Amino acid sequence: MTGLAFHFLQDPAGFSLSESLLDLPAQALYLEVLVAGLLNTLKVAVPALVFCTLLGGLIGLGRVQKTGPWKACCDVYVGALRNIPLLLQLLALYFGLTRYLPIASEAWSLGDALYLSKSGLALPVWQGGGWQLPVRGRFSVEGGLTLSPEYLTLLLGLSLYTAAFVAEVVRAGVQSVPVGQVQAGLALGLSPAQNRRLIVLPLALRLVVPPLGNQYLGLLKNASLGVAIGYPELVSVSNTAMNQSGRVVECVLMVMLMYAALSGLTAVLMNALNRRVNYTGLTA
Amino acid sequence: MSLKFKPLSWVLWALLLYLGVWVLDWALWSAQFRPNPVACAQLQGQGACWGVIAEKWKILLFGRFPVEEVWRPALVAVAWTATLYLSLAGRLRPAALLALWLGVLAGTVPLMGVAPMALWGGLPLTLFISVLGMGLAFPLGVLLALGRRHGPVWLRILCASYIEVARALPLVSILFLAAFVLPLVLPFKALASSQDLLPRVILTIACFSAAYQAEVIRGGLQTVGTGQAQAALSLGLRPWQVQLHVVLPQAIRASLPGLGNSFITLFKDCSLVAVVSLFELTGSLGLALGGDVQWRPYYLEASLFVAGVYWVYCYGISRALR
Repeated sequence: MTGLAFHFLQDPAGFSLSESLLDLPAQALYLEVLVAGLLNTLKVAVPALVFCTLLGGLIGLGRVQKTGPWKACCDVYVGALRNIPLLLQLLALYFGLTRYLPIASEAWSLGDALYLSKSGLALPVWQGGGWQLPVRGRFSVEGGLTLSPEYLTLLLGLSLYTAAFVAEVVRAGVQSVPVGQVQAGLALGLSPAQNRRLIVLPLALRLVVPPLGNQYLGLLKNASLGVAIGYPELVSVSNTAMNQSGRVVECVLMVMLMYAALSGLTAVLMNALNRRVNYTGLTA
Repeated sequence: MSLKFKPLSWVLWALLLYLGVWVLDWALWSAQFRPNPVACAQLQGQGACWGVIAEKWKILLFGRFPVEEVWRPALVAVAWTATLYLSLAGRLRPAALLALWLGVLAGTVPLMGVAPMALWGGLPLTLFISVLGMGLAFPLGVLLALGRRHGPVWLRILCASYIEVARALPLVSILFLAAFVLPLVLPFKALASSQDLLPRVILTIACFSAAYQAEVIRGGLQTVGTGQAQAALSLGLRPWQVQLHVVLPQAIRASLPGLGNSFITLFKDCSLVAVVSLFELTGSLGLALGGDVQWRPYYLEASLFVAGVYWVYCYGISRALR
């Protein structure tokens, strides 16, 4: 080992990514492919964060109920998904998507705007002041924006898996609200809906936000499992870059730097949110 | 359950019932249980082909272990599972447990030793990695937590930065480093051959999990009142005795739920060693079906089987710890 040398980042990488948000040239530099990998991680993680929060919130509220079919579904969901490794879920999901979906020329369509097939999900895209719809061709669905099956698998898998953990966080938060608070709200003449919005929600959020941040950080790190199904996210790109350039330590440092930036950003945002939900209001 | 008439609730129950019948039909009534690929192909996906498990269970559960010797890893898996359960149920004294584990380890070596380590796989491998990983990670986590809380300034900074860096990185990237890169950069070759992949991976997972457990234990340490340590000091105990006999037992008891969660996470994280080509449960799924055109269409059934094994262990661990 002869010291760190980051010059190689300006060298042509000699490999390309199967999908990228950037328009990478054939002779892309190492730095460019690494940044493209980071963007791919974000491209899957950010929507997954939104989905897992919505779904997790819904399921968490379902688990708080005393009885009923919705609670039964939520209990089974959380009990099943939390106890099976994410990697196994991703592999099964990827197999399912690539086996049971129709081939591109027979893609399932929804109102001639969405097409779902083995080659992925084609969406309309906003271009030049109008929506450009994808069209079913002879061998593939053309035009529009295509999300690859690898991307869909990772997005779906991460969202569903993390939602089970978010649900537990939400459940703990709601159950932590003292019964007296709810009773006091009802006694003051609030309707059950008002009670939920004005009493239970603000109190529960204080307990929910910090562990929710941990789940978000976990999701960001779990996005690295894309490497197992061939989605070119940051870790997968850096592995290839390591093999190609032999610059092991530098590549690891780059990955650490980028993950530290991502985690730091998430932590800052969650802390800001935490301060917002922890307002004290009127005090005696 | 209230018998009040709730239309939405009844519609949902009816839907669930329909779904349940459909699943039962797929999984039981229309399913094919014999390892007969022709009969399975005739189902056309209308029923499950559990024959894939009848055909492949030896690979799914025990990886590449020589087929005529699978009773050995099977025996090992049973012994480890039983001992694990005894440890978690908390009925035995620590000394008895230690003796039991040493006995099981001593029995495991000759049983598994007939095949080279590279051929170990499936359930025994998952158990080895998770239990040995936990066994190494826990003391390391205690040391890290103590170092971060009570050490001199340089040690505090060292422990804190180790914990934060390990927690910021995904396990997959660390495993890649340990499996493929470490052998290239290590100055000494003792830990560098591919024969030693398994010990290296166990060590890596232990170091990774230790960072998370250190935070759990730090939380436990904070629950122990300062008066406890002061009282022990005033009784004339040395600082290390205070930690060992007074503070740590209380702190560890307080952090047991968190440690249990860490162990379940560790158990599931073992599946990630599949990306560095060790064939534990998840890896052996690809091993069993990856190159087999005849049985590959029944990947879903096989993954449900493997998922079931994971579920039994993870759910069992969480129940045993309650």
